[in-house]
Amino acid sequence: MKRNLSRLTIPYVVWMALFVVAPIIMVVIYAFTSAEGGFTFANFASMGTYAVVFTRSFKLALIATIVCLLIGYPVSYMMSKEGPGFQRIAMVLIMLPMWINFLLRTYSWMSILENNGLLNQLFQKIGLIALYNGIFGTNLEFFPMLNTQGAVVLGMVYNYLPFMILPIYSVIVKLDGSLLEAARDLGANNFNVFRRVILPLSLPGVLSGITMVFVPSVSTFAISKMLGGGTELLLGDLIEQQFLGGAYNPQLGAAISLVMMVIVVVCMVVMNRFGEGEEQAVML
Amino acid sequence: MSKELIRLRDVCMAFDDELVLDHLNLYFNDKEFLTLLGPSGCGKSTTLRIIGGFMTPTSGDVLFDGVRINDVPPYQRQINTVFQKYALFPHLNVFENIAFGLRMQRRPDPNDPTGKKLVKIPEEEIRQRVMEMLEVISLKGFEHRKPDALSGGQQQRVAIARALVNRPKVLLLDEPLAALDLKLRKDMQIELKRIQQQVGITFIYVTHDQEEALTMSDTIVVMDKGSIQQIGTPEDIYNEPKNAFVADFIGESNIIDGVMLRDNCVKMYGREFPCLDGGFEPNEPVDVVIRPEDIDIVPKEQGQLVGTVTSVTFKGMQYDIIVDFRGFKWLIQTTDHCPEGSRIGIKIDPDGIHIMKKSKYSGMFGDYSSFSEEYDELDDASLLDEEESEDET
Repeated sequence: MKRNLSRLTIPYVVWMALFVVAPIIMVVIYAFTSAEGGFTFANFASMGTYAVVFTRSFKLALIATIVCLLIGYPVSYMMSKEGPGFQRIAMVLIMLPMWINFLLRTYSWMSILENNGLLNQLFQKIGLIALYNGIFGTNLEFFPMLNTQGAVVLGMVYNYLPFMILPIYSVIVKLDGSLLEAARDLGANNFNVFRRVILPLSLPGVLSGITMVFVPSVSTFAISKMLGGGTELLLGDLIEQQFLGGAYNPQLGAAISLVMMVIVVVCMVVMNRFGEGEEQAVML
Repeated sequence: MSKELIRLRDVCMAFDDELVLDHLNLYFNDKEFLTLLGPSGCGKSTTLRIIGGFMTPTSGDVLFDGVRINDVPPYQRQINTVFQKYALFPHLNVFENIAFGLRMQRRPDPNDPTGKKLVKIPEEEIRQRVMEMLEVISLKGFEHRKPDALSGGQQQRVAIARALVNRPKVLLLDEPLAALDLKLRKDMQIELKRIQQQVGITFIYVTHDQEEALTMSDTIVVMDKGSIQQIGTPEDIYNEPKNAFVADFIGESNIIDGVMLRDNCVKMYGREFPCLDGGFEPNEPVDVVIRPEDIDIVPKEQGQLVGTVTSVTFKGMQYDIIVDFRGFKWLIQTTDHCPEGSRIGIKIDPDGIHIMKKSKYSGMFGDYSSFSEEYDELDDASLLDEEESEDET
């Protein structure tokens, strides 16, 4: 009986081996290979020139993660306090954008942030730009918003916010109400109920939210390309260039990918240690 | 006599127009073990939650030491609660769970002459008081365990310690033993009573288990459908039930229609029985309660009544037999074995007969026609289920 069931896992194991394990092995092999095919550390040695891209990627991803957390936690918390009807509607509203293609959503941000895009037109109409010029003595016709780091962070936050809200919400909504009553009964005011009970118990959700926002943010290339205008090169762009772009150098691309993976894994392990004991914390 | 501590005055509670508490008037004395007893949905938990401050009554007053506390939040009341499923904080160990209330407390600084500055309780004192509590609940050495590494009974005791360490004047207990198995429940009943006597404060205990109530309480309040049916000592409630509901809910009772001919004489089955009750109108229809253990089996020639045994169940200490008296079935507990189908006589001493005024509960209880073991167990199980679902909401 048991043997029969275990056979059902074969397709999955094959799939994992082909599309997860094999590519990782290939990345490792490529990273330690020169263009001629010999073993080398040169790919890693030449990476120093890209240190600025590494810092920028991690900085922007970190900012996006923090912003997502600052928005996502209060939203999740307030959602969980509302009635089931409100929660359902809010959930649909949060999920709805995710049903639309990621590139389309990012394109629409381009047209919103453009120099003569929606936002700038609005600012012009309400006289905000004139006001700004008046105060600072500048002579702007529009606010340059597209092709900035801010636009990249905005794109990350917009795209990955649901991945912060959902895990936190699902932890908070399942919190046993009697724990909150017990805390109140033992003399905790609302602040302390939150600080001593809700916050520590929602930590697993926060940790998996951070993981689910930070990891895709640090490796994104489409967002920086479209909203950063290619001027704010990120790790994802760098890697993409090595494989598909003009700077064709798959060995270097593999080495960068490997280093990035290692850094991300180390970050996640450290963070999960930080929330030790909260064994539900999801490693992704 | 000890002094009054809490009083509920004309308290009503309605949820969506449904009256859950109906003009409740009740007081609780200092240092007393009082039990609110009733079937699920009788309003006992609601009463407890109103005292604890988790609900505000729709109308009426809650007085604590003579002061109205309707709008005082739970954390400002000198009352602590032990919750049904313990509600221990899963992220804190036993020590921190018990210390939680102390860490929340602020009290006047003894070094500040104005007495306005508030300070935390010093760590040394917290440590000492938590350790004291661990001793009371016999869980020394467990302070570093997380709650999920404790058994149900241990979690229960931690929950009690966590409440008591704050030195409340009143401890509220909401069916705290419901989740424990029978053996542990019996031990904890004795343990709870011991703790109550040791710390010397008021315990208000909510349960639907009549045996639990009889074992532990100084005073029992029997409730049904949002009103009080009877208040009294366990002996009073058992021996002198006020109506058919109480008689049936507390222990086993045969409840028979009768007519009070005059003081000390009641007529059932067309026959006069001497009894010890009086104060009724002549020929007033009444409910007659006869406890199964108060009935003597005698040869049928000597019996006041003669009936047929229809079922016999061995219970260890005694037999439970069901006897048919002209279509109305009685439960009798006896140490004599009477075979099924035999004709027996019974005799009831005057002090075994208890007369109650007719009430809205007359005719609803006290007939054992549908009696069977399975039936009884099914009934208990469904009661528990209901209790749980009540919790969820």
